[in-house]
Amino acid sequence: MSEAALSSAESQSLHRIAGMMIPASAEYDIPGADDRLIFADIVGSFGRDLGDVRTALAALSTLAGGSFADLDEARAASLLEQFLASGSTSTSVLGRVILQCYYRDDRVLRSLGLESRPPFPKGHTLEQGDWSLLDAVRARPKLWRDDRKVLR
Amino acid sequence: MSRNGMVDVLIIGSGASGAAVAWSLAETRMRILCLEQGDWMKHADFPSNGHDWEARRYGDFDISPNRRARATDYPINDDASPMKIANFNGVGGGTIFYTAHFPRMHPSDFRVRSLDGVADDWPVDYWTLEPFFAENDRMMGVSGLAGDPGVPSRNPPMPPIPLGKTGMIYARAMNRLGWHWWPSDTTVATTEYDGRAACINVGHCTPGCAQGAKASTDITYWPRALRAGVELRTRCRVREITTNEHGMASGAVYYDADGMERFQPAEVVILACNGIGTPRLLLNSASARFPNGLANSSGLVGRNLMLHPWPQVTGYVEDKVDGSRGPMTCMWSKEFYETDPSRGFVRGYTLQFARGTGPVNEAVTSVAAGRLPWGMDHHRVYRQLLDHRLQIGIACEDLPEEHNGVTLDPVLKDDHGIPAPRIDYTISENTRRMMEHGIARAEQILTEAGASNLYASRTVLNSPGHLLGTARMGNDPERSVVNAWGRCHDVKNLFIVDGSIWVTSGGVNPTSTIQALALYVADSMKQRLATLFD
Repeated sequence: MSEAALSSAESQSLHRIAGMMIPASAEYDIPGADDRLIFADIVGSFGRDLGDVRTALAALSTLAGGSFADLDEARAASLLEQFLASGSTSTSVLGRVILQCYYRDDRVLRSLGLESRPPFPKGHTLEQGDWSLLDAVRARPKLWRDDRKVLR
Repeated sequence: MSRNGMVDVLIIGSGASGAAVAWSLAETRMRILCLEQGDWMKHADFPSNGHDWEARRYGDFDISPNRRARATDYPINDDASPMKIANFNGVGGGTIFYTAHFPRMHPSDFRVRSLDGVADDWPVDYWTLEPFFAENDRMMGVSGLAGDPGVPSRNPPMPPIPLGKTGMIYARAMNRLGWHWWPSDTTVATTEYDGRAACINVGHCTPGCAQGAKASTDITYWPRALRAGVELRTRCRVREITTNEHGMASGAVYYDADGMERFQPAEVVILACNGIGTPRLLLNSASARFPNGLANSSGLVGRNLMLHPWPQVTGYVEDKVDGSRGPMTCMWSKEFYETDPSRGFVRGYTLQFARGTGPVNEAVTSVAAGRLPWGMDHHRVYRQLLDHRLQIGIACEDLPEEHNGVTLDPVLKDDHGIPAPRIDYTISENTRRMMEHGIARAEQILTEAGASNLYASRTVLNSPGHLLGTARMGNDPERSVVNAWGRCHDVKNLFIVDGSIWVTSGGVNPTSTIQALALYVADSMKQRLATLFD
């Protein structure tokens, strides 16, 4: 799905929302969701979510009485909080669309101590653990009911 | 309509049960054909191959057919159910899309009326199925550890999946509480097994294993069945089972990959479409002779749907744990499985101990649960969550109730114009008490493990996808659809081998028992070949 799927006004509103929902952080040295690369990933990844995203943006635009992108900071923050509190399906989808692109960005993953790669083919290492922890369980009598004895 | 050549056995559905019955019957050298509405899956297409591995769980690998909406899926109206329907259509069926957790039903699960005074006993018992459980364990390749006092003796052919950091935290907490736990039986290969590579802890096992370590029937039963001469045709969606003037099944009408309507005649028809697909097909096969749907003189086709309500309780510990690395479920507890009247409900549940989840899913589920804020504090809180998660699932048995069921939706149809199923389902008061008991115990365990920020999801959306009970087995034709060995009471050359024939649901993932039953039905057919229709 290309960015053209959203109008310019919708795209501007989404860009502002993304940056407010997940802002950049100097403390963690990470971009916000309005970062150029991440935002391009978001608008390129709507797929079957496009309808819900547009519904969410339309609802926010109605709340704003016009373009959300043009609101002053205080008003935008207040409206976004109200919008997110609505708990609608389209709001949840909008949030997920942003999150699923943000948390696959190389820079974000590195800041979390994760390798930026698919799980396959490298996989991961998992320690066996201490199987002697089972000793206490092994000593227990059986827990299951044997119908052959109970119903004899 | 084109007419194909006659086959001896027509199997509809290539998933857990269809594959098992095909393989078992292959030794008879009968001409066996399986029609599957989905495709062969390519392991290189599974989500864990790509950077978008988590996002695809909300797209082409969503567990809901309504959202996934592949051309191979059919829609399901589940608006009237608090639990949404999960399934997968393709060679391997639901075994493509499952966690690979592989417990068996318990002996008491087959004797609920005699032991606990509820529902009905099954017409078969655990001990009859035991050799078929063992055979299925070998065929699917099960990892686990013998010696569990929580279940009858069994000998998994591979060692268990690792406990990992997460498992050890659970184990220590359970030992302090004095409660039972054991490493889970899974169909994840922990060693090379029958041509399958060993698990490399890719994680994200549910939507297909790119490594091929997780058993799905496309890589276990089907290669053997095909080599033995069984034919499998994909992209064939069956519309109805036809009957002849004697009231016997005569074959099936289906749409092929090109959308052409075809008739496949058969001497024997076996349904393996699971608890929603099978009643849908039977109801869509109504005729003048069978006006209420095929094999439905009892009126029980589509009734008694059981879905396994499955609360999940999440908590977070200070230390980093395994996160999404490794198979998701690592342990089970049978401490609360058997009936104890003092708990205020009958029957019981398995506790399933899960590792964490990936970075996207951690964020999405934590926002939904209200523990992860948007805005400036998002990053600080997120770092306390990712790879700190513990999660316990509560596999509750729900008992059969006739008002829970599958009917044909009067409006909704699939791409071929075939009426779609409609689900009406409520959670019973007994099950609700069981769920609350399980949630309280899970919270106790997580607290003992040092977790905080606890959160209980009572019905997890689109989970677990266990579709049971809608064509139940029994000895009484007025109270059941199939007999004790899977043959329809009303149509003596029509068999059902999937989860729809379950009488009760137990408190475990059903695939192991579904397959053991399918092997048992196939064996029963082989024993009776000369008198199969008597």
